[in-house]
Amino acid sequence: MKILVKLFATFRDNRFVKQEMEFPDDTTVKEVLAVLAIPDEEVAILMVNGRNEEVDHPLKDGDTLSLFPPVGGG
Amino acid sequence: MKAYVGTVLRINLSTKTITKEAIDAEMAQKFVGGRGLATYMLSQEIDPTIDALSPENKVFIATGPLTGTNAPTSGRYMVVTKAPLTGTIACSNSGGYWGPELKNAGYDMVVLEGKAEKPVYITIIDDEVEIKDADHLWGKKVNDTTDTLLEEMGDQKARVLCIGPAGEQLSPIAAVMNERFRAAGRSGVGAVVGSKNVKAIVVRGSKKVEVADSEKMRDILKGAMAKIRENGVTGQGLPKYGTAVLVNIINESGVFPTRNFQTGVFEEAEEVSGETLEAKYLVKRDPCYRCPIACGRYCKADDMEGGGPEYETLWAYSADCGISDLKAVIKANHLCNDYGLDTISAGCTIACAMELFEKGYIKAEEIDGPELNFGNADAIVEWTRKMGEGEGFGAKLAQGSYRLAESYGVPELSMTVKKQELPAYDPRGIQGQGVQYATSNRGGCHVRGYLISPEILGIPEKLDRLSLENKPQWAKIFQDLTATIDATGLCLFTSFALGAQDYADMLSAATGQEWTADSVLEAGDRIYNIERIFNLKAGFTKADDTLPKRLLEEPIPEGPSKGWTTKLDELLPLYYEVRGWDAEGVPTEETLKKLGLK
Repeated sequence: MKILVKLFATFRDNRFVKQEMEFPDDTTVKEVLAVLAIPDEEVAILMVNGRNEEVDHPLKDGDTLSLFPPVGGG
Repeated sequence: MKAYVGTVLRINLSTKTITKEAIDAEMAQKFVGGRGLATYMLSQEIDPTIDALSPENKVFIATGPLTGTNAPTSGRYMVVTKAPLTGTIACSNSGGYWGPELKNAGYDMVVLEGKAEKPVYITIIDDEVEIKDADHLWGKKVNDTTDTLLEEMGDQKARVLCIGPAGEQLSPIAAVMNERFRAAGRSGVGAVVGSKNVKAIVVRGSKKVEVADSEKMRDILKGAMAKIRENGVTGQGLPKYGTAVLVNIINESGVFPTRNFQTGVFEEAEEVSGETLEAKYLVKRDPCYRCPIACGRYCKADDMEGGGPEYETLWAYSADCGISDLKAVIKANHLCNDYGLDTISAGCTIACAMELFEKGYIKAEEIDGPELNFGNADAIVEWTRKMGEGEGFGAKLAQGSYRLAESYGVPELSMTVKKQELPAYDPRGIQGQGVQYATSNRGGCHVRGYLISPEILGIPEKLDRLSLENKPQWAKIFQDLTATIDATGLCLFTSFALGAQDYADMLSAATGQEWTADSVLEAGDRIYNIERIFNLKAGFTKADDTLPKRLLEEPIPEGPSKGWTTKLDELLPLYYEVRGWDAEGVPTEETLKKLGLK
C-alpha cells in the first residue's frame, strides 16, 4: 500500500520533506518510524489524515502520515 | 511584602499631578498583580459604561510580582483599560525589557488618568518623574520615536514604550509598543494612550527587585529552568523555529483559517512555514528579559528588518489573505510595528476587506490603492501602510473588520468575537477552543486560554480536538491558570513546561506569601470573574458569548476537519455551569462568595 509521509521541523534533517512510500498492508506507524530511523519517543505529534493517533495505529492504503517533534507556540 | 516594589505611580494628565501611593497589600495578594490587581483597581475607579476614548477612562500599565525577578521569562507587563475595539475590559500583555525597568525604577504600575491638553511624554528615572512636551514626537513612527527619545535621554539603556501614528489617530486596533518590536497589541490599548495625548513613557531604573527568600527562590528557579530546558517545546521547538513552527501543524489539522475563514487548509502553507522562515529570512533570535526560550525572531526582507513575524501575524497576513509571499508578510509585519498597529487585527481586517471586495460590497472605484483580491501580495503591504497613515480608504480599514463589514451591512463577514479579530485557529475543528473564544473576556483571542495545547499539541495530555467531552472544564482551567500566569508577570509559554504548583512555589518564595496549586487556580478564577463582572456592567450579555455565524453554520468545506462546525449551543450552557454562573452567564451569589468577591 502507498502512504504519503510528511516530515516537519528537525525530522527533515537528512531525510525528506514529503515522500510517497510503499509498505505492506496493516503496517503500523511504529513500523514506519523504524524505517525512518526516528525513535518513538522523539515524536510529539503524530497525525494520520490530520487526526492525532498513537504509534500502534495501523495504516491503510492512501493514508497521509504527518510527524512532528515537540513544537508549539501561539 | 517582597517582590512587589510597593508603589503605584499615578499621573493625572489633565491636572499634571504626579502622585506615588502604596500598593494595597491585601488586594495585591488577592489578585496577584498585573492583570488581576489592575483589573480590580480599574473596576473600582471607573464606570464600565464610559466611552473608552474619553478622559474618564484610565490606563493601568502594570507589572506582576515576578516581573524583574530572576524567574525565567519575567519580562512581562500588561496594559489594562477599557477597550475601544470591543468595549470590554482590555488586558494586553507584552514582553521585552520595559516592565523590569519600571520595577527597577521603583514602581509596580503606572496609572494614566485624564487627558493632556497637548501631546506629552513621560520620563521616569528612579524617583524623578516628569511630564514633557511631545510636539516634536507627534506623528513619528515607533522606530523614529524610539531613536529620538534615546538620543534625548543620552542613555541608550533607557527603555521606551510608545504609540505610533495609529494610536495618535485613535485607531481601535492600535497597539502600545516597547523596545520597537514588542507589542501590547490587542483591543486598541494604543488608542486609549493616544486619546490621553501621551506619546511615550521612557523608563530607567537603578534598583533591584528583592524577593522574600532568595535562597529558596534560587532552588526553585533551578528546578523551573531545568523543566523549561528539558521540555521539547520550550527547550527545542520554540528556540529553533519560533512560534511560526505552528503553521504546518495547524494546516495539517485542517484548521488553518484561510481566505477570511472560508476554508481550513492553505494549499501554500509550506511557503510561509516556520521552517521556511528559518531557512530564508531569519537574521537572529531576539529574546525578552531573562528568557531561556527566546522564541522572538528578528527577520529581514529587502530593506525592512526587525522583530517578528510571529505565528499569528504570519497567518493573518498569509493564509487569511491567501498570500504565499513571505517577503510581503515580513514587510507588512514591519509596518504594523512601526505604525503601532495590532498585527492580528490589521491582517484580518485586510482579509475581511478582500472578501468584501470579491463579493462586490467594496467597489473598485471607492478604493485608492491596490485591488483587494485574495492573493495580492502588494495589497497587504500598501494597505497596511495606508492604515497606519490613516490615508484614504486605509482610514476605514484602520477601524477594524467589524466596523468595516458593518458599514456594508454584512457584519457577519467580520471574523470577530465581541468585535475583536479571531486568531489563527479555526474553532470548527477544535471544539474546546471554540467555547474559549466565545467566552474570552476580551473577545476573539487565543491567549486567554490556549486549548490548542491539549487539543492539538497534546500538552499536558492529548484530547480529541473534535470531541466535546470535558471541553468546558478544560476551558475554565486554562482560562484560570492563564489569568494567574499573566498576573505574576511571567510569560504564558512557560506553561508548556510548568504547572500550577511551579507557579505557586515561585510566588511563595518571591513574595513570602503562602501559595498552593489550588490557590493559584483560585486566584485565576477570581480574576476571570472580576473581568466578567466588568463586562456585564459595561452592558455585555450572554448573546455576546458567541462566534461569527460562519463558524456556527458553515461546515469547513475540505481537508481533515471537513464537515465540522463549532457546537457552541451544546458547550456554552455546560461552560456556564462549570464556571458557577447562572443560565444567563452571570456569576451566582455562591460563586462570588466562594471567591471572596462578595
